[in-house]
Amino acid sequence: MRIHLLYFASFRDIVGRDEETRELADGTSVRTLWQMLSREVPKFASFPNMPPAAVNREYARAETVLSDGDEVAFLPPVAGG
Amino acid sequence: MYLTIQPIDVAKMLLEARASDGALCLFLGVVRNENEGRATVSIEYQAYGAMAELEMERVADGLRRDFPTVSVSMQHRVGRLSVGEVSVAIVAVAPHRAEAFTACRAGIDRIKTTVPIWKREFHTDGTSDWVDPTKESEHRV
Repeated sequence: MRIHLLYFASFRDIVGRDEETRELADGTSVRTLWQMLSREVPKFASFPNMPPAAVNREYARAETVLSDGDEVAFLPPVAGG
Repeated sequence: MYLTIQPIDVAKMLLEARASDGALCLFLGVVRNENEGRATVSIEYQAYGAMAELEMERVADGLRRDFPTVSVSMQHRVGRLSVGEVSVAIVAVAPHRAEAFTACRAGIDRIKTTVPIWKREFHTDGTSDWVDPTKESEHRV
């Protein structure tokens, strides 16, 4: 399956891009995707916890299993206001 | 739409009061000239726009549920703002002041907690930092 990954704010700076498309094995969860990213991006590996995640523009749990065409984003600490 | 790249039209938001309202509470978030002891010249607000709209709607739904007598309108600016510019505006109108104050306060507090908006502070020396409220030296409310 193929998912669309978005990056914002400090995470965008860390990876150096706004978005990407990824091919993932069926059954991949949000947590598994974060673990994959952490292996590629040392800065992510240094985080004590997985950051909040959104799937299709809604906050999602780590156990959420991804589907083909999903829009996924890991979110830095929000700072609106 | 809750997010805007244009300056927030606060005067227009003040027209929200209904004939039955006796109180209007306005909160404006304004770009300050320092944070954590460092001077700030401007702030860039970046949003996950589509999700931020949905989360703002969720905040609005929650306010309607928790404060049924209050009507709340909210706007959040995105883009690069200078010191003194309004970044966020909340207007709560209600028959009486107590619930208007409470709902207005709840509005801004909830926005800061869940809406995917980030801010990057630009300093006088040209450097910039993304603000991480979880790492601020003291939690201000």
